[in-house]
Amino acid sequence: MLSFRNWGAGGDRGGAWFLAVLAVVAVAVPVFNQAVTQSSPFHLSAFGITLIGKYLCYGMLALSVDLIWGYCGILSLGHAAFFSLGGYAMGMYLMRQIGARGVYGDPILPDFMVFLNWKALPWFWYGFNHFPFALVMMALAPASLALVFGWFAFRSRVTGVYFSIITQALTYALMLAFFRNDMGFGGNNGFTDFKEILGFDLHSDRVRVVLLVVSTAALAASYTACRAIVQSRAGRVIRAIRDAESRTRFLGYPVESFKLWLFVFSAVIAGVGGALYVPQVGIINPGEFAPINSIEAVIWVAVGGRGTLYGAIAGAVLVNYAKTYLTGAFPEVWLYVLGALFVLVTLFLPRGIVGLASGRGDEKR
Amino acid sequence: MTVRDKRLYLEDLTVSFDGFKALNKLSLYVDPGELLCIIGPNGAGKTTMMDVITGKTRPDSGTAWFGRGIDLLTLTEPEIVSAGIGRKFQKPSVFEQLTVLENLELALSGPRSFPKMLRARITPAQQERIDQVLEIIGLSPLRASLGSILAHGQKQWLEIGMLLMLNPELLLVDEPVAGMTPHEIERTAELLRSLAGTHSVVVVEHDMSFVRSIARRVIVLHEGQVIAEGDMDKVQKDARVIEVYLGV
Ligand SMILES: Nc1ncnc2c1ncn2[C@@H]1O[C@H](COP(=O)(O)OP(=O)(O)O)[C@@H](O)[C@H]1O
Ligand SMILES: [Mg+2]
Repeated sequence: MLSFRNWGAGGDRGGAWFLAVLAVVAVAVPVFNQAVTQSSPFHLSAFGITLIGKYLCYGMLALSVDLIWGYCGILSLGHAAFFSLGGYAMGMYLMRQIGARGVYGDPILPDFMVFLNWKALPWFWYGFNHFPFALVMMALAPASLALVFGWFAFRSRVTGVYFSIITQALTYALMLAFFRNDMGFGGNNGFTDFKEILGFDLHSDRVRVVLLVVSTAALAASYTACRAIVQSRAGRVIRAIRDAESRTRFLGYPVESFKLWLFVFSAVIAGVGGALYVPQVGIINPGEFAPINSIEAVIWVAVGGRGTLYGAIAGAVLVNYAKTYLTGAFPEVWLYVLGALFVLVTLFLPRGIVGLASGRGDEKR
Repeated sequence: MTVRDKRLYLEDLTVSFDGFKALNKLSLYVDPGELLCIIGPNGAGKTTMMDVITGKTRPDSGTAWFGRGIDLLTLTEPEIVSAGIGRKFQKPSVFEQLTVLENLELALSGPRSFPKMLRARITPAQQERIDQVLEIIGLSPLRASLGSILAHGQKQWLEIGMLLMLNPELLLVDEPVAGMTPHEIERTAELLRSLAGTHSVVVVEHDMSFVRSIARRVIVLHEGQVIAEGDMDKVQKDARVIEVYLGV
């Protein structure tokens, strides 16, 4: 018999392990990069830091997907859109930081605008030269989209596979829109060639290390916030909605509003993940909105283990590590591997790797 | 005792569906703390009567009073729930992926919005009520078990427990023992008997031996009307009841 107390303790144990690992990463990466000399085989290269930083950002995307899918049964196949919006908000700040150092040397206009013969900055670029403003937008842009989209979808009682399909359509539509030059987001090429963040050189190892440490902190904070939500009484209502939506409504809970709050919060986490991703990888373009990206995020969660939060993050790291390796060694097989992984996990590991590790792989919670 | 001292008072209720009268000038009352059984063949109008009491169906004519001066026909479904009427549907519907404790907790009265629930804690008084209800429904030892592992009967009791969390004055229970084992039926009879007194309980049931084991007063419904009323022995000897039950 699976008792509630054991489950709670188990969840906390996994979570404590996860936070400990994050703390180790936040300490080890600076040490192995800054304190270990470059000639040593233990030196962590800039490439290595970026890779780890990237995985952490994907971890935030996975966390945001698990919060709504694992706990509330909302399967979003468009969450990469929120990640990308956060990324674009950061990208706009970084573009304006370039200032007159661009190829065309315009102090205000980013290169792509000069190239398009634009004379003035579009209104929606105002304020992005201020970091605090950009910071707010990194959360506000994804939150607003999630609010409007979720409000219509949940109010119309769009659920299950229909919801999944329209989220795919949403991210696809955004991809097409961002591809257009006249949208004012750099079209096809997106934003790249960033120079500085808050005046610090993005190409220095020291700044990379700081960004990575900030990413671990953001991931730890998001994880802690998500865990607080799912363990609160609101979290119980959220799981009740997942199990029997109309019964929950019958008990007097405003189901649509619960879903909307959760969806918006989840979008903010994804957006912050995207915002941290961009300065580390050095580019953001419309390809990030590609429908496959959102599907991949769902696969990370399924592989790691739905409904545990830390499992989703572990899944993101493991699948992306495999992807980094495989796309280097055998680039053409990656999509097949991904598909096969999803099928295998769905059939044989309904609780993912975490379920396997805790020895209850077959038990569905 | 006057009309106003009744817990529930239905008078001349008529409900028609496309001209067919599911309820036909139905009148009945329920005393405070009483355990009343309503029996009748399929299609007699039992479920329709519960639908009217809970606001799900509006009658064409008639009146329905709850306690002193609450006109049920003017209230919405949630308002009727908060006025103190709990209804247990035939099919058990507990949350399978939540524990027994969490199921009861969800049914607590109190805040319902996301921001408030985020901060809400179980107060000692609420905890006491939960423990009390766990005792009443006999699921204390299973408080930490998931709903999905409960037996059919235990799910029904848990659902009754969820209704009790709101401390309703009137409980409407639709065919509680369908599909139960004899032992579970016995436990259910005990449970309903123990609820009477502090609550008015109305049970709709087909199982005659079950009705005999719990009811002091039985009402027989047929074609939307009361055709007999009294204790089980009296009702079973009634000529019309025999005709209705043996005729079909
Ligand atoms: N929504 C409805 N539309 C049409 N007929 C209905 C509806 N609900 C119930 N009825 C009819 O009303 C009669 C009484 O039904 P019901 O109250 O469910 O009976 P019972 O619960 O006693 O078996 C039945 O003949 C049923 O077919
Ligand atoms: Mg019925």
